[in-house]
Amino acid sequence: MPIQRFYPHIPQRYRLEGTKCKKCGKVHFPPRQVCNSCGSKELEPYRLAEEGEIITYTVVYTPPDDFKTKKPYVVAIAKMDDGAKLTAQVTDCTPDEVEIGKRVRVVFRKINAEGKSGIIEYGYKFVLI
Amino acid sequence: MIGIIGYGSYVPIYRIKVEEIARQWGDNAEAIKNGIKVYEKTVPGQDEDTITIAYMAAKYALVRAGIDPKEIGALYIGSESHPYAVKPSGTVVAEALGMVPDIHIADYEFACKAGSEAMFVAYTHVKAGHMKYAMGIGADTSQGAPGDALEYTAAAGGSAFIFGKGDKVIAEVVDTYSYTTDTADFWRRETRPYPKHGGRFTGDPAYFHHVLSAAKGIMEKNGLTAKDFRYAVFHMPNASFPMRAARRLGFTKEQYEVGLIVPYTGNFYSGASPTGLSASLDDAKPGDLILMVSFGSGAGSDAFIFRVTERINEVRDLVPKVWDQIRTPRKRYLTYGEYAKFREKILMNE
Repeated sequence: MPIQRFYPHIPQRYRLEGTKCKKCGKVHFPPRQVCNSCGSKELEPYRLAEEGEIITYTVVYTPPDDFKTKKPYVVAIAKMDDGAKLTAQVTDCTPDEVEIGKRVRVVFRKINAEGKSGIIEYGYKFVLI
Repeated sequence: MIGIIGYGSYVPIYRIKVEEIARQWGDNAEAIKNGIKVYEKTVPGQDEDTITIAYMAAKYALVRAGIDPKEIGALYIGSESHPYAVKPSGTVVAEALGMVPDIHIADYEFACKAGSEAMFVAYTHVKAGHMKYAMGIGADTSQGAPGDALEYTAAAGGSAFIFGKGDKVIAEVVDTYSYTTDTADFWRRETRPYPKHGGRFTGDPAYFHHVLSAAKGIMEKNGLTAKDFRYAVFHMPNASFPMRAARRLGFTKEQYEVGLIVPYTGNFYSGASPTGLSASLDDAKPGDLILMVSFGSGAGSDAFIFRVTERINEVRDLVPKVWDQIRTPRKRYLTYGEYAKFREKILMNE
């Protein structure tokens, strides 16, 4: 991903910064301009909870070229402790260790790199607790 | 009182045993283990590097310090494996931990003592009154050429220390002292992937001369002897060097064994003596004195004396301790093939 496209997403990718509706309390991730629950435009920055529970997952055996040395790997959707749903890779585990209902914690890891000389993209992943 | 107000360490879960590396190269594993007293080493995950290791150590240090990240005035990361040759590691860590933009950032290099350099400068900023808090980190995913003796020890891990003053101090800095000469015992030229070293020259003229001189220098300066310390931590490129240095200075096994993590982790390079310090703090009681002496090839040693305060009992158990991370049941042993893939030693098509 070119740096011009990655750069604007740094707050959400590095710090899990989403938005929270001041009117109805709904948490959004990625951040929104307008609440998709009540339509309010009064939103404030909100940092997501760092722990949650796996609600579904898949095992990737045929990844895109950039990830072919990492296969097989697990991508999960977790319901975080503040109610937001977050999709991320589950790292430091084998696919057979992952189950629906298991607790996860967010960690900061390398996501991808543009070859040997391009920018390195960092962001969030899950580890099993 | 000025000193450490928060500390944290990170140890990756992946390991490779000396036997597995020796099998690959036709070496005698028992002879190697007898010589260097190292049995296995950590390996960074495919998605880990100096930046992610520094981030985790810093995050743990912030939890123990219990402060707002925005109060930190400087962040320095010492490493010889910064992911970029040009572009700082510190900016990524500071951005991810919410410390930006009112912060001074720099990356340091001085072989294996870049971490203690970062700590030294962070401490002196607070001492000079430039800022309330400053953080120094030593972290590495060190390089060892395939088949070289270094491959048995070049490992990954790191530690972070936040310096401040007042009643938040966990370990007061009693004194610091540095001993430095131009001694080329180990080096890596620009653009080269692996370091080179002077074989046995890395011993007496380099490691022992600088470590012993720095340790003797700081103890004499403060009128202290080995008996006054509860813990002694020396840079650990292997286990035999720091044990010999400790014995020559009059320290006993009980004083150095808690900080001597290298038999089960390998050499964390810039993170080595800082993580030994972190392990000692995990075990320390109020009033204990800790001596830490780093060593960086090129060559120099930074010595620190710390006095532990009552606050250690409040913060010690807030995040994972060093030996708990080393002994984690989640650790996963790699084959040499997996290790070669993890460390990107396999030639791939673009």
